[in-house]
Amino acid sequence: MSLTSPATGAGAASAAPAPLVLDRTRAKRKATWRRRGLVLLCMSPWILGFSVFFGYPLVMSAYLSFTHYDLLNPPRWIGLGNYRYMFEDDPQVWPAIKNTLWIIAVGVPLQVLFAFGISMMLSRARRGAGFFRTVFYLPALAPPVAATLGFVYLLNPETGPVNNVLGHLGIQGPLWFHSPSWSKPSLVLLAMWGVGTTMIIFLAAVLDVPKHLYESAQLDGAGWFQRLRWVTLPTMSPVILFAVVIGVIQGLQYFTQAYVAANVAAGQASQAGSNDNTLGYPEDSTLFYPVLLYQHGFRYFNMGYASAMAIVLLGVAFAITLFIILNSRRWVHYGGAVR
Amino acid sequence: MKRGVLVLLLLAVAAGVAGAASLGGSASASSGTAKVTNLKVWVGWTSRELSVFKKIVAEYDKKHPEVSISVVGGIDDTKIVSAIRGGNAADVTSSFDSTNVGNYCTSGAWINLKPLLQKDNLSLSLFPKTSVYYTSYKGTQCALPLLADTWGLYYNKALLQKAGIKSPPKTFDELTKDAKKLTQRNKDGSLKVVGFNPTRTFYAENSAVNYGHLFGAKWLDSNGKSNLSKDPGWTKYLKWSKSLIDYYGADKLKRWQAKVGDEFSASNAFETGKLAMQIDGEWRVAFIAAEHPELKYATAPMPVDSGHMGLYGSNNVNGTIIGIPKTTKHKAEAWALVKYLTTNSHPLALFSNGIRNVPTTKASLSSPEIKPDAHFKTFLKIFGNPKNTTFPITAIGSAFGTYFNTFIDKYQAGHASDLAGGLKKVDKQTDAQLKQGGGGVP
Repeated sequence: MSLTSPATGAGAASAAPAPLVLDRTRAKRKATWRRRGLVLLCMSPWILGFSVFFGYPLVMSAYLSFTHYDLLNPPRWIGLGNYRYMFEDDPQVWPAIKNTLWIIAVGVPLQVLFAFGISMMLSRARRGAGFFRTVFYLPALAPPVAATLGFVYLLNPETGPVNNVLGHLGIQGPLWFHSPSWSKPSLVLLAMWGVGTTMIIFLAAVLDVPKHLYESAQLDGAGWFQRLRWVTLPTMSPVILFAVVIGVIQGLQYFTQAYVAANVAAGQASQAGSNDNTLGYPEDSTLFYPVLLYQHGFRYFNMGYASAMAIVLLGVAFAITLFIILNSRRWVHYGGAVR
Repeated sequence: MKRGVLVLLLLAVAAGVAGAASLGGSASASSGTAKVTNLKVWVGWTSRELSVFKKIVAEYDKKHPEVSISVVGGIDDTKIVSAIRGGNAADVTSSFDSTNVGNYCTSGAWINLKPLLQKDNLSLSLFPKTSVYYTSYKGTQCALPLLADTWGLYYNKALLQKAGIKSPPKTFDELTKDAKKLTQRNKDGSLKVVGFNPTRTFYAENSAVNYGHLFGAKWLDSNGKSNLSKDPGWTKYLKWSKSLIDYYGADKLKRWQAKVGDEFSASNAFETGKLAMQIDGEWRVAFIAAEHPELKYATAPMPVDSGHMGLYGSNNVNGTIIGIPKTTKHKAEAWALVKYLTTNSHPLALFSNGIRNVPTTKASLSSPEIKPDAHFKTFLKIFGNPKNTTFPITAIGSAFGTYFNTFIDKYQAGHASDLAGGLKKVDKQTDAQLKQGGGGVP
C-alpha cells in the first residue's frame, strides 16, 4: 500500500507540493523516534542497572586509580603513582600474580580434565546413572566457605583423616594448607572436588554427540582413542571452550577459598576482624591477586591503589579471554557453522 | 463467605484503631516526660566480653533516663568506615585497631575530642603517654583509650616444677634453656609438649611488635624511615627465634601447631597443657578462669635481651580506642558516655574486672574496686612501667609492618637465609610503602 494517492502515482511524486514531502519525512522521523523510544523504554531497566552497578563503578575505579584515596579523606590526584608503585615497588604484587597464574595454569586444565573424565564415565554407566550423576554433582552445591572449612579439616596434617590413612600406609602426609609448596595443590584438590557444574555440562555435550558419527568412525576402523580424538572432542569443543573461559575468569577472581583457608589454617578464624596478616598464609603462598586487592582496599583502606589493581585485573582478564577466543578458532568446531 | 470478609474487615479496622491509639498513647506519654535520646554504641567485643560491656553501659543507662543505649558487638574497622561513609554510623564507636587512628583523625571521621576535654577541664595527663600516643595523630585527639593490652609471660607451674625450674626466665637465653627442658617428644620424635613457641604465625601474640621492645629495637629512625636493618635488636630477635624453632624442627613445630586448638578457643595450647610457656595478653587470665579454672599457672613480665636488662618489667602497650563519628546527631550525649567510660575509675575498674583488660587511667590502676588477682597484677605493673613503647602510628595504618611479617615467616621457616640483606630489602620496601601511602609519621 502506497502512501501517495493512486491518482498521482509514483511518477508524479516529484511534482508533488513541497509541504506534502516534508510531512511525509516528518512522519517517518517521528515513527523512527517513537520506535527508538519504545526500544529504550524496554531496555531502560537493563540500562539503569548497567549504568548504576557497572558503568559508574568502572568509571569511578578508573578515576580513583589515579588518586590516593583512603575512603575517609577526599581523593588526592597522584597521576600514575599507584601504577608505578605496583610495578616497581610493591613486593607482594608479583608473588600474587604468580600465584594467580599458577592456579589458572594448573587448576583450570585439571578441573576441565577431571570433569571431562567423570562425564565420559557417567555417559557409559548402564545402571545407577542417575545416582552417580547426583553424587558427583552434589559437591557443587556446597557453599565455598563450608567446603573450604571441610577441606582444611580433612587435610589437617596431624588430625585430618587423609594423613591418618596415609600414616597407616606408612607414608607421612604433607603439611597441606600449612606448607607453601602444598597450599595451592590443596586448593586445586578442593576445586576438583567441586567440579559438578562443569561435569553436568560436559555430560550433556557427550550425550549429544550424534551416534551415527561413532558408527561411521567404527566402520572406518577407528578405535576407542581415535573416536575420542576425532569425534567426541571436536563435537564437544565449544563446550570445552566455554569451560576454559569460565575457569580462567574464575581463576582471575579467586578469593573466597584462599581467604578462608589461610585464616583457618593459621588458627585465626575465631578472632573477629583479625588484622594480623594471616591472608596469604603460609608465606604468601595463597596470596592471590584478588586477595591482595581486598587487603589493600578493605583492610588497609588504600582504595586508590586497590582501584589501580582492579583496572589492571580488568585489562588482563580482557586480554586473556580475547586470546583464548581468537586462538580457539583453530580447535573449536561449531557443527554446521559457515565461516 | 461474605460474612468472613466482613469479619476480616472489622478486625483490620480494629487493629488499625488499636495501633493508632497505642501510637497516640506513646506520643502523649513522651510529651509528658523528658525527651529520650536513643544512643547507638558499636564495639568489637563479642560473646562473654560483650555481655560484660553491656552490663557497664546498662548501669550508666539506668542512672541517665535522658538516654537509651543500644550496644552492638563484633564491629570491625571495615564496618566503621563503611557506616561513616554511608552516614549511618553509631553515635559512639570503638576499634581494636589503633593503627587506623591516623585515618580517623586526619579525615575528621571521628571528631576531635580535645575541645570537649578542655571544656570539661579534663587533662590528657589522666592517661599514660603511650595511650595518648595511639589515640591521637598529628595533634588531633580523635579517640580515647578504653582499657589497654600489654603482654607478659604465662607459665604452667606444674610443668616447670616437673622440669626442675624454680623461677620464670628473665632473659631470652634463660627462656631458650627452659623451653628446651620443658619440651616433651613422642616416641616417633613428634612434639608432645612445646616449651615455648616463638613462630610469628602461631597465635597472634607472637607478632614482632611484642618482641621488638624486649630486644630494645625501634621501628623507625629519627627521620621516620624504616630502621629494621640498622637496629641490631631486630637481628637479635630473629636469630633467637630461628634458633629455638630449629631446635624443634620447623616442620615438626608446624605439625604440632596444626593439632593444637585456635588461640581464642577452649582448646588453646597453653590452656590445655600442650604449651609450657607462652607470650600472651592480660585477657588470657579471664579466658583461663572461664575455660580452664583447674590450670595451675602463673604470670611474669616477658624475658628481655641480656643487653637490655633495664627493660625487664616493661613491654609493648596497645589497646581499644573509642571515639565519636562525625555523623552523630547526639554529640553531647555521646561525649557524656565516652567521658564516663574512659575517665571514670568506676566503669574502668568494673570492665577491667569483667574482661581482665588493663584499666587505662593512671588513677584507675590503683582503684580499690579492682578485684585483686595475682595473675592479673603482673599486667597492671607492666602497664604502669614508664619504659613501655607502642606500635608506630603512620599514614598507612595497619599496613605498616606487612612486608616485615612476610620476611619473618620465610626466615623462621628457613626459606630465607640472608638476614642482613633481607632486612635491608624490607627497609627499602617499607619506605616506598610509607611514601605511597601519604608518607610521614607524627
